[in-house]
Amino acid sequence: MSKQQAVPMIFNQVRQMNWPTLNQFLSATALPIVGIVVFLGLWSLMAKNIDTSLGSFPGPAAVWQQANVLVGEHNAQMDKADKFYERQDERNAVRVAKDPSYEPKIRNFTGAPTFFEQIWTSLYTVMVGFIVASLLAIPIGILCGLSKNAYTAINPLIQLFKPVSPLAWLPLVTMVVSAVYVSTDPMFSKSFITSAVTVSLCCLWPTLINTAVGVSSIDKDLLNVSKVLRLNAWSHVMKIVLPSSIPAIFTGLRLSLGIGWMVLIAAEMLAQNPGLGKFVWDEFQNGSSESLARIMVAVLTIGVIGFALDRLMLALQRKFSWDKSAVLR
Amino acid sequence: MSNKHHLELTQVGMDFPTPKGPFNALQDVNLRINKGEFISLIGHSGCGKSTVLNIVAGLYKATKGGVILDNQEVNEPGPERAVVFQNHSLLPWLSAYKNVELAVKQTQNGRSKKEMKEWVEHNLELVHMSHAADKLPAEISGGMKQRVGIARALAMEPKVLLMDEPFGALDALTRAHLQDSVMEIHAKLGNTVIMITHDVDEAVLLSDRIVMMTNGPAATIGEILPIELARPRNRIELADNPQYNHYRHEVLKFLYEKQRKVESVEEHRKKQSEQKSGATQINVA
Repeated sequence: MSKQQAVPMIFNQVRQMNWPTLNQFLSATALPIVGIVVFLGLWSLMAKNIDTSLGSFPGPAAVWQQANVLVGEHNAQMDKADKFYERQDERNAVRVAKDPSYEPKIRNFTGAPTFFEQIWTSLYTVMVGFIVASLLAIPIGILCGLSKNAYTAINPLIQLFKPVSPLAWLPLVTMVVSAVYVSTDPMFSKSFITSAVTVSLCCLWPTLINTAVGVSSIDKDLLNVSKVLRLNAWSHVMKIVLPSSIPAIFTGLRLSLGIGWMVLIAAEMLAQNPGLGKFVWDEFQNGSSESLARIMVAVLTIGVIGFALDRLMLALQRKFSWDKSAVLR
Repeated sequence: MSNKHHLELTQVGMDFPTPKGPFNALQDVNLRINKGEFISLIGHSGCGKSTVLNIVAGLYKATKGGVILDNQEVNEPGPERAVVFQNHSLLPWLSAYKNVELAVKQTQNGRSKKEMKEWVEHNLELVHMSHAADKLPAEISGGMKQRVGIARALAMEPKVLLMDEPFGALDALTRAHLQDSVMEIHAKLGNTVIMITHDVDEAVLLSDRIVMMTNGPAATIGEILPIELARPRNRIELADNPQYNHYRHEVLKFLYEKQRKVESVEEHRKKQSEQKSGATQINVA
């Protein structure tokens, strides 16, 4: 009796709270925060004790500081570019006023790309490589799933090329691109094509294999429906095959995009193609006392973008998949 | 049409290839079916009922003999022999309406857009599913899915409607509702129907003739029982009808005396548990 009364008011209130929502809140929000805090704590403790030739390993604080510096550098560079274009416009206006027949020359700003421009280059490259690969992989995957003969013919090639590292492809791709892609006024830079092709070569396989598996495991009853309706080959693929293998195709696409993003960073580092990989390599070569912290900013950025790309694919999968009951994570 | 039969199965035989050599599933199946007849195929599982249906549908090709529908040999699947599958097999990404529409678009090229819409709606109305036309298959019950499956098959305007245990996966009440719907539709449209069933009551209630099949391998038609009960049939009245019960008796006798299968697993378990409970009672005593 007395014990019960001794329980403070707040405890009773807590007891009356809606526990499921509190539990949901805990598991959905609080636990990830706990994980991150523990990680940051361990990181800063360990970082102090690691001495490198470029000073001690950067802790979270140093990395945060460098992140701000990179934002500042980007803004400064953008200001510079704005001023450059302003001056150019003024100059041109003056010359046109003097001589109306003069055709103004517009020159692009040639400052070194900032961290954020490198991010944009990488994102653009990976998306192009990924889309090209998907446009090839999905039709070939459907063909392999529909026809056992096609699968038997193509399977050895898939098994042979699937495990090849992108870095092995890179020299070949570079040489082939410089030999084949010859143009006086190129629409894309060669480095962009090289990176995108390398990404494509590695993005092909998961999508291809998952599509083939998805197509070959369509419910037999649905195939019989298609036969009874006498759907022609095109309608059969568009109305039965493609919709029913959408979940499998998306699984492949998600894997592919993840691989493509990893491959791109490696390719950029090795080939000195513009992008986040080049940023990392340049900082490494630079070897200043801030380099490690700046590389760490890039590492975390790469991680965040990879995560965001995966969520993007998940959102697309949710939108396009008819199987709303499937647990997607 | 000549005085030939509507649908003829002549000396149909089926061998399935297996690693140990061909397996003879069906042999010498002969059946003449008149236009508008309702035929049930009944027999123990594994007796080749589905094989017969698939051969008529054109999904399997008979290794011996053949099927003739209105003087034309059946050698591929087609909408004039629409199939209602056991597991509804609706396309899960299409609404009930769209599922029926796919069949209508595929089979009725002559219809205008408006006529097609009306035809889809008409067929959904026929199976009493107009209210759920925009629902996805995952959002409706098993019985409703099967109704949509029937609407899709009917929308093809088939000469023969093939039903592969259409109500096998449904509970008894839903099944009774659907049986009534099928009788109603059959009375209205007069399609020729071949239905596979395990259910003796269902077979007697719905059929003009019950085709009873012997056990496999090399299964064939054992007996054919004409059901001469006046239509429309009412399940409640028939339950007390001596003639109806006689038909049931005939089918049951065929299935459980003449074609007695090795004791089913369920029965075996039942007997064992009875023995066990007997034994424990003795122990307790």
